[in-house]
Amino acid sequence: MRQSNSYTLIFTGIVTIILGFLLSIAATSLKEKQELNVAIDIKKNILRSLDFPETQDEPWTIEIIQEMFDKNIISYVVDGTGEKVDGMKVEDIDPLTQGNLSPVFCKKRKGKDVEGYAVPISGKGLWSTLYGYFALEADGITVKGITFYKHGETPGLGGEVEKEWFTHNFIGKRIIDGQGNLVGIQVVKGQVDELSENAFHQVDGISGATMTSKGLNNFLMTDLQKYEPFFKRIRTKGNS
Amino acid sequence: MALLNKKSQVVLKDPLMNNNPITFQVLGICSALAVTVKVDTAIIMTLAVVFVLSMSNTLISLLRNFIPTRVRIIVQLAIIASLVILTDQVLRAYMYEMSKQLSVFVGLIITNCIVMGRAEAFAMQNKPGQSFLDGLGNGLGYGIILIAVSIFREILGSGTLYGFQVIPSAFYDSGYVNNGLMVLSPGAFIILGLIIWIQRTVFDIEEN
Repeated sequence: MRQSNSYTLIFTGIVTIILGFLLSIAATSLKEKQELNVAIDIKKNILRSLDFPETQDEPWTIEIIQEMFDKNIISYVVDGTGEKVDGMKVEDIDPLTQGNLSPVFCKKRKGKDVEGYAVPISGKGLWSTLYGYFALEADGITVKGITFYKHGETPGLGGEVEKEWFTHNFIGKRIIDGQGNLVGIQVVKGQVDELSENAFHQVDGISGATMTSKGLNNFLMTDLQKYEPFFKRIRTKGNS
Repeated sequence: MALLNKKSQVVLKDPLMNNNPITFQVLGICSALAVTVKVDTAIIMTLAVVFVLSMSNTLISLLRNFIPTRVRIIVQLAIIASLVILTDQVLRAYMYEMSKQLSVFVGLIITNCIVMGRAEAFAMQNKPGQSFLDGLGNGLGYGIILIAVSIFREILGSGTLYGFQVIPSAFYDSGYVNNGLMVLSPGAFIILGLIIWIQRTVFDIEEN
């Protein structure tokens, strides 16, 4: 009896149904909490790219992140010409039909001037799509920070893009050359030659992660081009 | 330990030392290398494996007289995989940062040879109570080594222990640097090798 085909089929069927049922209950009941975590993590990365340091004595809890974000970050939508779209929230953008609209997260602490702009970046590395935030100083030229919150690159190689030793190198680099052309940021092989005339927009590479770095260079450039009209406005505003 | 009879004590204690799944059977090395950079990840990984291993052993033992022999491995895997996914989902909901750090390695518990090995070698032949203890023992045996390796790696590689600075900054000022090798997987291999060597020398274990 225990060896018959029908017993085997019925037994495995029952086991599968029970396990599947239990897992779907678990997945649905935990979904809300997981989605909140993801949303908070994104806010955390926006804050981090805009140079809000997380101190060891005061680790960021969900409440702290929420409060910091609400207090210090102003978000709005810009269109393809860099014009602010009034009355539209960042959450309302439908990336499928409104590809020309993009979100901007602006660091503005109470009683102070704007201290930086963070924009989302994403694109293909070697294995996966990387997602992160890239922030510029209020001048629209100097890099304030970069973070990655989601990727599937090889841990220890391409996965190092999210590590501080790598992202730290971006700070202070410039995305514009002397003539005012957008040049983006270039991850080079090995170390940056500080004497080279291109050093202002180059950062040290990750050994063993050439493809990830290449991907990063490309999609960062693409995303910056998309935001160039917006940042151009900021630069000219600053000069006038 | 008066709660348990002699046989149960052996079942629980044996895998902690004499028959440790990592140092003696050399199973489950992949995750032992990957999640031992920091002590906190090692502890969470240990808890996850202890949960999966003791629960899968118990469940499989309960079903052992009903599982059709021809598909027993598939049934075992289905149970193990469900428990692992459950653990992963709970981590994602309640310990998001930790689950990001452990990334794929929680999911990879499914393929951890210790879990499959205990299901096939022990739970299929023994009563649920004993199987639970066997799972607990093996999970803890795995965890002891994981945590031991991570203590060495975190102190030598990052100068911290459970996130707290233990190497005084005076050391760094006088030229001390963290050992970068310890942060990478080869560091775990070396530590693990040393632990196995010491254990075998001290307790006089011989391959037979």
